[in-house]
Amino acid sequence: MNAIAPFEGIGASVKRKEDLRFLSGRGRYTDDMNRPGQTHAVFLRSPHPHARIDAVDSAAARAMPGVVAIFTGADIKASGIGGLPCGWGVKNKDGTPMAEPAHPVLAHERVRHVGDPVAMVIAETRAQAKDAAEAIMVSYTPLGSVATVTAAVAPGATEVHEGVAANTSFDWHIGDKAITDAAFAGAAHTVSFDLVNNRLVPNAMEPRAAIGEFDPTNDEYTLYTTSQNPHVIRLLMGAFVLNIPESRLRVVAPDVGGGFGSKIFHYAEEAAVTWAAPRVKRPVKWTCDRTEAFISDAHGRDHVSHAELALDKDGKFLGLRVQTLANMGAYLSTFAPAVPTYLYATLLAGCYATPTIYAEVKGVFTNTVAVDAYRGAGRPEATFLIERLVDVAAKATGIDRIELRRRNFIPADAFPYQTPVALEYDSGDYQSTLDMALAASDWAGFEARRSAAAAKGKLRGIGISTYVEACGIAPSHVVGQLGARAGLYEVANIRVHPTGSITVFTGTHSHGQGHETTFAQLIADRMGVPMNQIDVVHGDTSRIPFGMGTYGSRSLAVGGSAMVKAMDKIVLKGRKIAAHLLEASLEDIEFEGGKFRVAGTDREKTLTEISLAAYVPHNYPIDELEPGLEETAFYDPKNFTYPAGAHVCEVEIDPATGQTEVIAFTAVDDVGRVINPMIVEGQVQGGVAQGIGQALLEHAVYDAEGQLLSGSLMDYTMPRADDLPNVAVSHHTTLCTHNPLGVKGCGEVGAIGSPPAVINAVVDALRDYDVTHINMPATPPKLWGIINAARPALAAE
Amino acid sequence: MYDFAYHKPTSIADAVKILAADPDAKPVSGGHTLLPALKHRLNQPSALVDLSGIAELRGIKREGDTIIIGAMTRHGEVATSDIIKSAIPALAHMASTIGDTQVRNRGTMGGSLANNDPAADYPAAAMALGAKFQTDRRTLAAEDFFQGMFTTALEPDELLIAIHFPVPKKAGYAKLKNPASRYSMCGVFVADGAAGIRVAVNGAGPGVFRQEAAEAALSANWSPEAVAGVKQDPDGLNSDIHGSAEYRAHLVTVMTKRAVLDAG
Repeated sequence: MNAIAPFEGIGASVKRKEDLRFLSGRGRYTDDMNRPGQTHAVFLRSPHPHARIDAVDSAAARAMPGVVAIFTGADIKASGIGGLPCGWGVKNKDGTPMAEPAHPVLAHERVRHVGDPVAMVIAETRAQAKDAAEAIMVSYTPLGSVATVTAAVAPGATEVHEGVAANTSFDWHIGDKAITDAAFAGAAHTVSFDLVNNRLVPNAMEPRAAIGEFDPTNDEYTLYTTSQNPHVIRLLMGAFVLNIPESRLRVVAPDVGGGFGSKIFHYAEEAAVTWAAPRVKRPVKWTCDRTEAFISDAHGRDHVSHAELALDKDGKFLGLRVQTLANMGAYLSTFAPAVPTYLYATLLAGCYATPTIYAEVKGVFTNTVAVDAYRGAGRPEATFLIERLVDVAAKATGIDRIELRRRNFIPADAFPYQTPVALEYDSGDYQSTLDMALAASDWAGFEARRSAAAAKGKLRGIGISTYVEACGIAPSHVVGQLGARAGLYEVANIRVHPTGSITVFTGTHSHGQGHETTFAQLIADRMGVPMNQIDVVHGDTSRIPFGMGTYGSRSLAVGGSAMVKAMDKIVLKGRKIAAHLLEASLEDIEFEGGKFRVAGTDREKTLTEISLAAYVPHNYPIDELEPGLEETAFYDPKNFTYPAGAHVCEVEIDPATGQTEVIAFTAVDDVGRVINPMIVEGQVQGGVAQGIGQALLEHAVYDAEGQLLSGSLMDYTMPRADDLPNVAVSHHTTLCTHNPLGVKGCGEVGAIGSPPAVINAVVDALRDYDVTHINMPATPPKLWGIINAARPALAAE
Repeated sequence: MYDFAYHKPTSIADAVKILAADPDAKPVSGGHTLLPALKHRLNQPSALVDLSGIAELRGIKREGDTIIIGAMTRHGEVATSDIIKSAIPALAHMASTIGDTQVRNRGTMGGSLANNDPAADYPAAAMALGAKFQTDRRTLAAEDFFQGMFTTALEPDELLIAIHFPVPKKAGYAKLKNPASRYSMCGVFVADGAAGIRVAVNGAGPGVFRQEAAEAALSANWSPEAVAGVKQDPDGLNSDIHGSAEYRAHLVTVMTKRAVLDAG
């Protein structure tokens, strides 16, 4: 390695290798791909929230110019393939399995939400397919419908799936009810409130797309798709839907323009284009419109909850009780049941040493788009509940909200800490992250800023959220007991080429996270090879041995750890080769900075010399070692990782309009060891942007029947740059104790920690009004309504 | 998008001739409303008559106490025109708040006015300033031109040529944007000009309208305080997921005050 080369290892803010490609328009996304002879598919979708399909007449459409084929739910059913599988089964309180009604690839006999696909039109061009789709006559008999969880569980509500009583897929619980009830019975204080976690539409910049292809010469299928986890799609679609052996199904997820969870799931369109390809004997391509994405991408959040906290006279938390109705939408999406259960209720301890917790969660079907994991997935919902509840308790007890948090934090010397809701936190230092956040945000100086704002006629508020979350979902044997229908390890294959450059094949997938840089840094740091000689390959099941993909902030903690294991094997083999070449014993060979050296001497071989010897084994311990220098590792995590932190938000509300401006946002996060601080800061900034979006702007609004009112960017408020402050990001690091890198994950902390900080600030700004809680999003008319109701004279300025 | 014929005439006469010969043809200026509608298959014209090749539709000039703005003049040109900035700064300011840079570099004043979207900005300025609408065959007053939501007095084959704005003594504009679309939720343009003291409201109702109580209050006393007590009747105002009619009615008062402050 060149001695004057800039430091590229762990801890360096190396610029992202992939950005030149992305910023200069040379990214290669699924829609950029065009296969020889390809056709174009368009899906005709239900305009009804719930209806019986009486007839589908596609005769006229079939005769339209350019039409290649039209398939309906009846065709799919007749072909005998399976429905879309759910990848996580949870159990009811009584131990019985959840209700898991079929999710057909194309709706048959019944549509259950606006956007449910009814027919697939395949034509020479996309415009011709759209023309033909408009010519299909579908006779519907509209049925009653339910759009909200409260309506869906009400007595006499329409059943979204016949025979699923009270529209309840599962009635699940965690924790000890009797002990928790007893804690409440003896408490000096109890507080409670009702809250809603608003439904969100993910809106990744790149809409979904898929191309299905079939090669009859070898019976091989290829699916190009916008996925965060191509191996998972191969497994689910091959094994459960289309009955294709994995050996004959290749899934490619090339550059993907953002996922945020919405591209984890196996979607109907992927299966449909793959199923259709051999039938039309040509590749079939589908690209989602933005408007179509609103009614076909899985949505996020959508909880309705009741939360109660018991405290002793000094404000110590004695117990927490939670009841949540979680909207599943019309069907169980791939990981939907895990989100409001094992990714939500297990986080209800938060940062606090609450001795007992009992949570009941019902997963409820409605006539809406399916709901599944969205950046944070369950943990934002838990954090919003806890961190609002602590502020509600502070107000009720008169204890300062910072002091109340401090009194209840799990102490830094109490780790590993077993919570009453299954998780064991391995490390953290919540008092220190709080101290840093208070200092960085000048919490102490707030009242002066509030007074200054008041002089300008503005209501200024400050809010804090101290959160913990769980990343790197694991270990496989535990999640298996909890209902996961897959393992949750990760795979790395590291190939040192003969001349010393390195290719890393990872089962994770990068769709904005900068893996090509972070992983290359990780390899460079250990192997002593410059980053420009390290390439990271992801997103193709034909090139990568296996993998579980990228979600839940797992890529570095799990995927990076697999790389460390693979590098351990490479280094060991390299030491054996070096021992042979240097005529030394294995124990005496050290590896550092790209060189294998006999300890205490200057006798050494570079990695390049060793790799060349491995591939040109003329002088080589051939009886003991195979040639080549390539290793594969599967890493199964020992525990989740537990990023934590403190977020402080400061807002000003214009009482005349109800508009909120986020003046300042401070994030102090403990994400464990940081490989690339610039990328981590970007991840936190982006996550906070989404959190502020949830808190103030975003809301998927359905009417009572199930029509999506915020069905486009004209009505769905995505956060824009001018809605956001410059987020001050810093770190307080405690290392993860159970993975070899000490990393915890940074992809979701921003979206998890920020929403309650924002709402706590808004509620604080309105401290002179009688406000306990404000549901998200805190829109101008909502806040103006509160202000106006209390002080009509003031509201008109 | 459905198929359509495309024409790019170079004179007003040719454009009118094409439109007159084909009742299903539509003129397109900046295309910011029409093109998305076409893409969503919500509109199926037989032909688009692209007005961007007609040089005489563009440009900003001052004739005496009137500013004449060609219908194809883009928002960005209105926002940055020295003529408008010195004569009617509130109009330049209004143009600078429309959409974003890309929108302002494509969208045109004539296109916006002829579309008469209730949430568009310009109708309030035209109404408050007492603008005159010059078409290929006549001149219309603002109160005759605007006929309610997405409707104007223009015949299907009639082209808006230019808008004549009398230079006011003073004028001001304030609005609250829809957080999602960034169109106007409620915008108020106040002017003290040739047409008297006028207060015109966009965004809040099904079309631009004058707030006569505010006009009376300002005629008696031109000050923000004078309009603080004006109560807009919410009846008939827009109500949607972004705000109730009551909220918009309240905003009329707030934005009127702010527009007066803006006018100075």
